[in-house]
Amino acid sequence: MTEPTATDTDTDTDTDTGLTVEELPRPGRFGRFGGRYVPEPLVPALEQLDEARQKAAVDPEFQAELARLHATYTGRPSIITEVPRFAAHCGGARVVLKREDLNHTGSHKINNVLAQALITKRMGKTRIIAETGAGQHGVATATAAALMGLECTVYMGKVDTERQALNVARMKILGAEVVAVEHGSATLKDAINEALRDWVTNVRTTHYAIGTVTGPHPFPEMVRDFHAVIGEEARAQVLELTGRLPDAVVACVGGGSNAMGIFHRFVPDEGVRLIGVEAGGEGVESGRHAARFAADATPGVLHGAMSYLMQDDDGQTVESHSISAGLDYPSVGPEHSFLRDTGRAEYRYATDEQVMEAFALLCRTEGIIPALESAHALVGAMQVGRELGPDGLVLVNLSGRGDKDMHTAAAWFGLAPEGTQ
Amino acid sequence: MTTTTTAEGFADVVARCRAEGRAALVGYLPVGFPSVEGSLEAMRVLVEAGCDVVEVGAPYSDPVIDGPVNQDAMAAALAAGTRVDDVFTAVEAVREAGAVPLVMTYWNLVLHRGVERFAADLAAAGGAGLITPDLIPDEAEDWLAASDRHGLDRVFLVAPSSTPERLVKVTTACRGFVYAASTMGVTGARTSVDADARGLVERVRGVTDLPVCIGLGVSTRAQAAEIAGYADGVIVGSALVRTLGGDGELSQRLEALRTLTAELAQGVREGHR
Ligand SMILES: Cc1ncc(COP(=O)(O)O)c(C=O)c1O
Repeated sequence: MTEPTATDTDTDTDTDTGLTVEELPRPGRFGRFGGRYVPEPLVPALEQLDEARQKAAVDPEFQAELARLHATYTGRPSIITEVPRFAAHCGGARVVLKREDLNHTGSHKINNVLAQALITKRMGKTRIIAETGAGQHGVATATAAALMGLECTVYMGKVDTERQALNVARMKILGAEVVAVEHGSATLKDAINEALRDWVTNVRTTHYAIGTVTGPHPFPEMVRDFHAVIGEEARAQVLELTGRLPDAVVACVGGGSNAMGIFHRFVPDEGVRLIGVEAGGEGVESGRHAARFAADATPGVLHGAMSYLMQDDDGQTVESHSISAGLDYPSVGPEHSFLRDTGRAEYRYATDEQVMEAFALLCRTEGIIPALESAHALVGAMQVGRELGPDGLVLVNLSGRGDKDMHTAAAWFGLAPEGTQ
Repeated sequence: MTTTTTAEGFADVVARCRAEGRAALVGYLPVGFPSVEGSLEAMRVLVEAGCDVVEVGAPYSDPVIDGPVNQDAMAAALAAGTRVDDVFTAVEAVREAGAVPLVMTYWNLVLHRGVERFAADLAAAGGAGLITPDLIPDEAEDWLAASDRHGLDRVFLVAPSSTPERLVKVTTACRGFVYAASTMGVTGARTSVDADARGLVERVRGVTDLPVCIGLGVSTRAQAAEIAGYADGVIVGSALVRTLGGDGELSQRLEALRTLTAELAQGVREGHR
């Protein structure tokens, strides 16, 4: 594989102001995807961030501080768990879970947030804001803000504040302000719009910690790098457990951060299939889904990046739907679009119904309650395991735990009639 | 550069206004609010009451640099079925009414139609160019080429946060004028716009001879007069949209819009230059 990302050195050396096409810098491209489609007022902040994260990447002090936090606060390395009783439903293939659900705050999101919060402090900013869908990124950001003494505001779609009420309470208890966004579909996309508006207004004091591998450069690259620890650890752990590399690495894909985190280290391992699972919602035919790669999504720009996008004939964003708030997003991180078009990664989708089945199955066979987002990856594992058969070895990123989803699950399975506790 | 448009462009407007010893008045309204026909009517009112340039807004599903007033108007326009095609109809209407039409659009609408096709359609409708709030010159290679081919103005934004290097880069890419955001933030009326704006205009003048217009937050005759004292144009948006979206019959709201526009037109003639 050739290195997919543009380096930033070409930006830095570009002092030219002439405007021939060839001379214009194209920072942060993954093939034709990515880029920096933002209002000009944000450009200085993105340049500052890019510089800060590049310095941090080679600064032993930063690396040591982050490693210390991960060891003593996040709980890294996260373990892997082989799940034979669940695997019995996966065509007999061996299935290993990477347990990001056991991280402090309950998902992979903390990996990225602690690093961005450290960078926020290094940039001399005193306030951190975030968007959140499932509430996991919001909780992680509120947690990091409490830990590091930063002011914190989290934007969350009104629909999501209702279906992920537990996480709203957690954020507030941690001292964050939670703003319910009522515009548009009142989900993740609209929360990002509102966070961007806050950022444009308060950029001098505020860092916007984007919670996934989307947004303008350098976010897709930076957030991936902060999650790459998942794949680093998992690759070594699986090798140690089984003596070989997995046949497939499976992860759910909302914006795509947990997937990029576990994929990244495996990209050069050509024999390892990388499989992303999108939210199929009520089925692709229904139009109510977030399966960008499965449906007729085409490249477009949303929230600062060029990527596959659910859009109408005019280029207006089409609303997505998923039972899991964290995957309910009409675009996807640009590196996924690149991996998909180059064929290095494959993408499939899981419908709400399949997801709830896999969710229940893991609970009952292994005593692990996954997040609904992560349950999409479990559906993928069941399918891929059956395709591979008993010799197969599947590594699944269990990106988060399901406490936040008890309300949705209870309603789905008819366990908690309205008004009972 | 080949030029296919011969109608008056922004540079002509500025020259005319300078000769009259005043700043230009630029009024923004989104197409399709309160309906396509209603928005065309409102744009004609702007022209009759003294706008030199109409910034024809393309409604978009995710307008990240717009405040609540414009967001709501765009959402209403889209809910009522407004299409990108209607933007070109509005451009024609503004041109017929005798003002210079510039389209303000988020980039994905242009990208999706095809940059070349959008530029050709805009030129054919009599549009003078594009204001692109979420496109920076660094990502604009197709648009730079298409705007050259069709003789269209291209207006990029600068902001109080812009570094000297960015000011050079952005203003070099601009044609027509430079859009200076008065403050850090989204669109919406503000009580004060002057603090950052004056300094920014000075900095822009240090790097380019292009006209500089100030937008974001302007809502009153007094503000327009103050800005007219140091900028080439005053851009008013949310205050007009709010007036058009007020209470009462459409005919009454159009009259209120006429009154406000006339006051602002007075303002740009009161700047001390
Ligand atoms: C547990 C969990 N997994 C996955 C996601 C989806 O995000 P991403 O695709 O960036 O990993 C979320 C987002 O909220 C989440 O909470």
